[in-house]
Amino acid sequence: MDSPARRHDNTRLPMTSSPVPARTPLLSAHHLAFSRNDEPVFGPLDFGVGRGETLLVEGDNGSGKTTLLRVLAGMLPATTGEIFIDAAAATRDSRNGRMLWLGHRGGLNESLSARENLAFLAGLYGTRDGMTTASAMEYVGIAGWIDEPLRTLSAGQKKRVGLARLLLLAGDIWLLDEPYANLDRHGIDLVNTLIAGHCAHGGAALVTSHGAVRFADPNARHIRLSV
Amino acid sequence: MTHDPATLIPATRLDTLASVRGEIRPGAWRACVALLRRDFLLAWRRRGELFLPLLYAVIVTALFPFALGPDPQLLGRIAGGVLLVIVVLAMLPALESMFRSDLDDGTLEQWLLAPQPLALLVLTRVIAHWLTTALPLLIVMPFLGALLNLPVNVLPVLMLALLLATPLLALLGAVLSALAAGTRRSGILLALMLLPLAVPVVIFAAGAIAAAQAGMSYLAPLVWLAAALALAIVLAPLACAAALRIAVEA
Amino acid sequence: MSRSYIPHFVHWLGSPPNFYRFAGAWRPWLMAAALIAGAIGLYGGLVLAPPDYQQGDAYRIIFIHVPSAWMSLFIYAGMAVAGLIALVWRVKLAEVVAMESAPIGAAFTFITLVTGSLWGKPMWGTWWTWDARLTSELVLLFLYLGVIGLYHAFEDRRRGARAASLLALVGIVNLPIVHYSVQWWNTLHQGSTVNLFGHSLIASSMLWPLLVMALATHLYYFASLLGRARADLLELEGGKQWVRELVLEESR
Repeated sequence: MDSPARRHDNTRLPMTSSPVPARTPLLSAHHLAFSRNDEPVFGPLDFGVGRGETLLVEGDNGSGKTTLLRVLAGMLPATTGEIFIDAAAATRDSRNGRMLWLGHRGGLNESLSARENLAFLAGLYGTRDGMTTASAMEYVGIAGWIDEPLRTLSAGQKKRVGLARLLLLAGDIWLLDEPYANLDRHGIDLVNTLIAGHCAHGGAALVTSHGAVRFADPNARHIRLSV
Repeated sequence: MTHDPATLIPATRLDTLASVRGEIRPGAWRACVALLRRDFLLAWRRRGELFLPLLYAVIVTALFPFALGPDPQLLGRIAGGVLLVIVVLAMLPALESMFRSDLDDGTLEQWLLAPQPLALLVLTRVIAHWLTTALPLLIVMPFLGALLNLPVNVLPVLMLALLLATPLLALLGAVLSALAAGTRRSGILLALMLLPLAVPVVIFAAGAIAAAQAGMSYLAPLVWLAAALALAIVLAPLACAAALRIAVEA
Repeated sequence: MSRSYIPHFVHWLGSPPNFYRFAGAWRPWLMAAALIAGAIGLYGGLVLAPPDYQQGDAYRIIFIHVPSAWMSLFIYAGMAVAGLIALVWRVKLAEVVAMESAPIGAAFTFITLVTGSLWGKPMWGTWWTWDARLTSELVLLFLYLGVIGLYHAFEDRRRGARAASLLALVGIVNLPIVHYSVQWWNTLHQGSTVNLFGHSLIASSMLWPLLVMALATHLYYFASLLGRARADLLELEGGKQWVRELVLEESR
């Protein structure tokens, strides 16, 4: 059997230019800063991510990459500065349903199978047109495990279920916190392919990385956070 | 084999997502059904745990005649109040796990970013929780009542009082469970926090039972319970959602 | 013009170093005033006021019991208001005030319960009776203990403070319901209710020491709160510049 993971071998794809012109950034931050107990964690930052663009947030452990993503997702309040979505100040309502979050906690229940987990999340977020749980699992190369309880899957396979979630659910802003963790070389390529595909369709992605993994897209924009 | 990224995700309409978001977002109803289905599935996977509150209630009920003597008159007089307290205590252990596993595995982060109001998801969770933990207790109540010689004419009032009191306790418990979800261990803490909130619930439910037993009108305390339940259905999910946002901040 | 002074003062006070100095300056004066008022009140209540024609000297415990009961509710309200400010505006000082109020309020509630029980012995011949007011105080004590327990269950103190503040607000909604339900329950069961003042008019010789004692407990609360909040801020603000300067200043 052709291992589905193999299919993503060597997908160092040239980035196609975005079909949607990035005039107003999809997500932007203006003087965004966060302090924990009055100790600055990051910022002030100014950046924007347009449709079709990827923003790579780099920095060492403890430099505030995850915190930045949590602030953008509205899980933490910004200390100063503003966040805009489509040039309008971000509110809980304008944010929710458009952002897909992949954190270090997978957001998946271990007692349920991938199919059951994804069906629940699809009920919340809605799916992309033409995408089903089965086809999403097929893309990430673990279709054979779709009905197994997640508990029985390896860490890398669970991560892939998380990636299938990105592919399945509707939402144009991806917030990916260390998506490369726990993944082998094929998995890393898969993440890059997914991000490229998402961006090619007018989505945007913010990806944190501690810098050990080279991101495929040479045109991706970077923010470096320092401790 | 190469992939064109544009064809990797087939036929998506992400570029038009912003303009047609209203249609793409699943409705509240669909989300609630998905959550109910998930919670029932999980309850079914761990169906052994469903019997634990029942077992607890049966054990405690069986202890009373041994402690107080088997005098049917005495047992019949206190049965209503005893069963009420047993139900409150039997509901307590399950409250602790109401949000904890969802916080630990990151599911709550997905709730927070979902397009539906968080309070609505919370209310759905409370309904699922009530159906899987409190409803079985209500079903065995006639049997437990028989063990304690509960007068037959009091049983319907006890059932009615519990039908109003248990969802109320589940709603109050959800708020406390969400508040305690960010702490490491919360068993006794949850009981300590629940006591002041449970006092009025117990008073009114027991008041209705006592009135029925004395042959008086039991309507007033039941109406008070119903009013408190209506208030809690509106306020508790909001408080619970606020508590969950604090819990997710970690 | 004068209206802008108050927000300005509140804003100024919200800064930890300013509050630290303000609290340090006011605390001794408030404490001294509390002690003086307490001494006057107790002298008036225990010595000057005449014995009650029914209860004799046993009634004199009200000069502790009643002001404590008032304080238990007053502090709870204060804690809830500070908690609301902490939740909505995330003001660190409001968190500190709310969380440092809780133990003081719990202590007053406890004193109310103990003095009520002591008073109950000569009145009802038993240490504890499920009197409506005492029962409500008992529930209030549990509310306080829940807030304190939840606050300390969190590792992150600021998150704990906000969770406990939310619990305090839930308690505020709950308190009137408890009060009403306990009264209803009490009348249902024909409980023993002793009206504090059998006649609605109380002699002014008894009233003024009571009011002075109420003043003393309020002053004590504020003095104690300032001291506790001060210590708490110092701990929270640990490695901050102003704390370092303070340490250098005081070690000189």
